Amino acid sequence: MKGISSKWKGLLSVCVVSICLVTAPAPKEAFSNQIIQRGAKGDDVIELQARLQNIGYYHGKIDGAYGWGTYWALRNFQEAFGLPIDGLAGESTKKKLTNASNFNKAFVHEQINKGNEFTYYSGVDVDKQIKQSETQSKPKTEKTEKTETTKSASVPGGYSQNDIQLMANAVYGESRGEPYIGQVAVAAVILNRVESPSFPNTISGVIFEPLAFTAVADGQIWLTPNEQAKNAVIDAMNGMDPTGQAEYYFNPDTATSKWIWTRPQIKKLGNIFSVNKEVNDLD
Amino acid sequence: MIRNIVIVCLLVVVAGTSFWGYQEHKEKNAILINAENTYQRAFHDLSYHVDLLQDKIGNTLAMNSKKSISPALTDVWRITSDAQHDVGQLPLTLLPFNKTEEFLSEIGTFSYQTAVRDLDKEPLNDDEYAKMATLYNQAGDIQKELRKVQYLVIKNNLRWMDVETALASQKENSDNTIIDGFKTVEKKVTGYPENSLNPSFSSTKYEDENYQKLKGKKITKEEAIQIAKHYSGFSADPAIKIEKNGKGANYGFYSVSLVDQETKAEVNMDITKKGGFPIWLINNRDINESKLSLNDANLKAQKFLKDHDFEQFELYESSEYDHIGLFNFVSVVDGVRIYPDSVTLKVALDDGGVIGFSAADYLKTHNVNRKINKARLSMEDAKEKINHKVTIMEERKALIINDLGKETLCYEYLGTIDNDTYRIFINADNGNEEKVEKLKNPEPVYENIL
Repeated sequence: MKGISSKWKGLLSVCVVSICLVTAPAPKEAFSNQIIQRGAKGDDVIELQARLQNIGYYHGKIDGAYGWGTYWALRNFQEAFGLPIDGLAGESTKKKLTNASNFNKAFVHEQINKGNEFTYYSGVDVDKQIKQSETQSKPKTEKTEKTETTKSASVPGGYSQNDIQLMANAVYGESRGEPYIGQVAVAAVILNRVESPSFPNTISGVIFEPLAFTAVADGQIWLTPNEQAKNAVIDAMNGMDPTGQAEYYFNPDTATSKWIWTRPQIKKLGNIFSVNKEVNDLD
Repeated sequence: MIRNIVIVCLLVVVAGTSFWGYQEHKEKNAILINAENTYQRAFHDLSYHVDLLQDKIGNTLAMNSKKSISPALTDVWRITSDAQHDVGQLPLTLLPFNKTEEFLSEIGTFSYQTAVRDLDKEPLNDDEYAKMATLYNQAGDIQKELRKVQYLVIKNNLRWMDVETALASQKENSDNTIIDGFKTVEKKVTGYPENSLNPSFSSTKYEDENYQKLKGKKITKEEAIQIAKHYSGFSADPAIKIEKNGKGANYGFYSVSLVDQETKAEVNMDITKKGGFPIWLINNRDINESKLSLNDANLKAQKFLKDHDFEQFELYESSEYDHIGLFNFVSVVDGVRIYPDSVTLKVALDDGGVIGFSAADYLKTHNVNRKINKARLSMEDAKEKINHKVTIMEERKALIINDLGKETLCYEYLGTIDNDTYRIFINADNGNEEKVEKLKNPEPVYENIL
């Protein structure tokens, strides 16, 4: 009797382990209520990607950011399952997907948090799908503060995260004492200069042009910018230009150039005046 | 005895200080020389590139075969870009030198647009030859002046660091050969008539940059305040500040700032005087949580557009930042997406309020005389023009501004190669491939992958 029972126990535990790994029937109410659309980030997207990969539609990285790859995968799934093809994960899509695929939240999130490269195809040995991250030896403490495990950042079209960072440095160095609107203005002036034929054509070219910005000359550009400066940069990149298309601005308290004082002003933003090169005759 | 010790100590201190001072002095000089050399290099490069530029334009003037003109103009385009790059590294920001920079950029645009054009179908016309001849002469003027400055710099060992100090200190009477030389160049270029450009060239700026074509009558301050209140969505009586544009502005506008009495949230926005259109709006407040999904926020954004008379808009891009949703909409006319007419909305994911809005692009383009012609090619025919490696997933009609700055009716295809997604525009009239762009996926966060 005893021998048989321990044998059963062993079998049972093997079953349990394998269930826990990949083949576990997913809890039905895993997704939250939201309709997931392209551009979204977060745990629902991780689940969406993992499930789509599980049944062979998604081949990209499971990173919790709903980009183009996920979009096409979802549309192909919708087509195959006779759903309206709109790339939106609504109620019926999520239901069909949940029924058709498996998802082990704890496993997937663990891999993401460890920084492992992994895939989540069903019918493939789990161990073969994980490539251990090289930096795994360093345990990451900041993970505990974050509630979401997203591994990707959105950036305005045509720019990179490092562009944002560089501009945030310049904005912070130039105008950290200014109200938010003034900081957006500084960022907008940088972008207006990039567009202008009379200035360099790159963000770094404009920022590091000799004598262009005092913060560059005195090294304040290397202070660590705060979130507000970054938000101001992102707003400006998204087309918000509080300056009225200005390529120049000055702060009356600190401006050293006499020339800039003689320029016609466009408007005042906090302590900053945005100015034009020439007077325009408006009515 | 004590006195001797003190003297020895002092001597040691003096010797130490002088040695330290000498070291510092040496280091400072090394850095100054380094900075000077960087400037010198940029300056001599500039001079060389303008030389080369003039030569190359001259060469194209004598060319006849289309096969040699295109590469030669491409070369001109590259050299102008180098020259512009050199200017950007010199401390000329405080010097009026922008006309010269614009001139360089003009040569660049002209040579690029002519080089990429199919010269077999549309050969250079007489106007364009004349234009090139003018550019050649003008580049010659600049070259002559720059060579003079270069000669003096080498002969008299002039230093760019002095230019920097002179410009930074803003001394009116500073007598600096280099500055004078560059001022002469600028004066020469300023003398060139602006209309030396032919019409097809200046038409590249088809945008109504200064909102001249907006319809509607001028609004008053009172009306501007009403409009701002409507957009801000503040229910209670907000504190209002309103100012009109200064005399440097390119167009008339009112800047309104509204502060909600209770929440202290502040909305800033600019409204055009003509017609009272919103150019942009920013509501700066802290958002610390996400209660809504991106899709919910999308619906809020659409409602906002409807509520403010922006009809017929379609979402084409959405993205999620920390507790913020960003949405780009384009207008749709007769089933054609008008890509130049775009608006951007920023929605807070805590309460779904619109906290940012930009209609600048839309206001600049939507009144441009626009006729959407019937497409000559069918969507199926146009599809044939696409690289066969691309798997096409989505297709529609769209109007875009092409490389030559013209509005073009196209078929838009979204397709994939492996894991990359491409947006491809095929001209609906002649089947040209007008634009191909690889669409961006969200970037990995470097903090997490390092």
